[in-house]
Amino acid sequence: MQNEGLKNIWAKYQKEIADDHYYYLRSCIRQNFFPGAEYYFLKILREVLGKDVYDDPRHTTCTGIGYHSDIVPFETIQTVVAREFALMTAAGYRNVAVSCVTSFGIYSEILETWREFPKELQKARENLWKATKREFEIPENIAHASDIIYKFRHQIAEKAKYKLVNTNTGKPLQIVEHIGCHYAKMFPVKGIGGAEFPQVLSGMIAAWGGDVVDYPERRHCCGFGFRQYLVQQNRGYSLSNSKKKLESMQPYEPDAIICNCPGCTMFLDRWQYTLYEMEGKRYGQNNESIPVLAYEELAALVLGFEPWNVGLQMHEINTESLLDKMGIAYNPDEKYLDKNKQPIGSFNKTGCLSCC
Amino acid sequence: MKNFGFSVKQTRVIDVDTFDDSLLKYVLANESSFMCCMYCGSCTATCSTGNLIDFNVRKINLFLRRGQYDMLANEIDKCMFCGKCTLVCPRDINLRNTIMLIKKGIVEHKNGKK
Repeated sequence: MQNEGLKNIWAKYQKEIADDHYYYLRSCIRQNFFPGAEYYFLKILREVLGKDVYDDPRHTTCTGIGYHSDIVPFETIQTVVAREFALMTAAGYRNVAVSCVTSFGIYSEILETWREFPKELQKARENLWKATKREFEIPENIAHASDIIYKFRHQIAEKAKYKLVNTNTGKPLQIVEHIGCHYAKMFPVKGIGGAEFPQVLSGMIAAWGGDVVDYPERRHCCGFGFRQYLVQQNRGYSLSNSKKKLESMQPYEPDAIICNCPGCTMFLDRWQYTLYEMEGKRYGQNNESIPVLAYEELAALVLGFEPWNVGLQMHEINTESLLDKMGIAYNPDEKYLDKNKQPIGSFNKTGCLSCC
Repeated sequence: MKNFGFSVKQTRVIDVDTFDDSLLKYVLANESSFMCCMYCGSCTATCSTGNLIDFNVRKINLFLRRGQYDMLANEIDKCMFCGKCTLVCPRDINLRNTIMLIKKGIVEHKNGKK
């Protein structure tokens, strides 16, 4: 095929991402389990890239986890989403930046519903008015937060202090990218590269000097799956999905995994510990576990921010092996200290018990 | 090992690079007509045993080709050797002989001869 033809085809897999003035919608999971990820997304956008982002304390959960668990009805979640858009409208913004992949899928699904069935939109407007006396405009642009970091990946690379290169060997780090299912598998046109060739994370890895690991189960679900996880007895389904991925990536000896979905980051991180406890297996180099990071955390490391301020101590799997390879200096004694140098508490067991 | 109140599910994917196909090869070498099966299901539809209990001749073929010998041994013990499957097979496969060979092969496989 001619290069021109390839370019034309690839153009169809792109999406429009707003350049500035974002209304930020946070993630329930991410701000609890990996708070540094959201904090550094805002910091990078505002202080490194000079963008305008509005972080609204009034917005609530999108209720996506309840919706996908058959607890929250579709009419209810439409009204909740309508309220988020009403807050955005009142704040004078038209571009939404969504932190969570579940929420991103919810917004995409609801906007598509409103486009196909205008009566649903009318009903959501009426319900919101009855409940809160608010009105809303539909956003002009909805981007996942990873889309925005992807858009500015080259600017971040220009300002980078570290590269995704092993400073001991000089070779690119082998990074596994895992993209949340609800990013582009439900609505392929909403993701960069669509469902077939999602480039949102691999583009970042390449721009920052790393190599992307292409392993057989690369597009397999992490296993979050909402209903798979909520009931304790069913969690084996969730765990087995992560195990399938980890077994598949193991021969490629990845240096780290990065995810754009809060649930995937949590499960690929926590399930490594669980699998070690249940089966005594680890899947990384030298019989260690594989560090799992959010893309904002990786961006923050590349830009030279201090690892413990980025919140890497919140991960079950120790990330020191990655920091050592990238040549990032850190003080191990300060890992579990807050900004006033007071202890914040630590995990009883971290790094899959590698220290024991 | 720690118990979290749930188990790790084993994968059901067949690894075609590593599975043991010695029994399949043995059956095909001794009953080459078995190679012609097109999975039409006539054998299962007419099976005397299958009319009374949960038994599926076509499933035997599948287990054999996937190398799932434990499940195959469990299933094949149900056959009564009436031979109806052989009579109705549109490809003239001698299924009665095939099942005999599988039974014989399983015993030898367990004894390490296959």
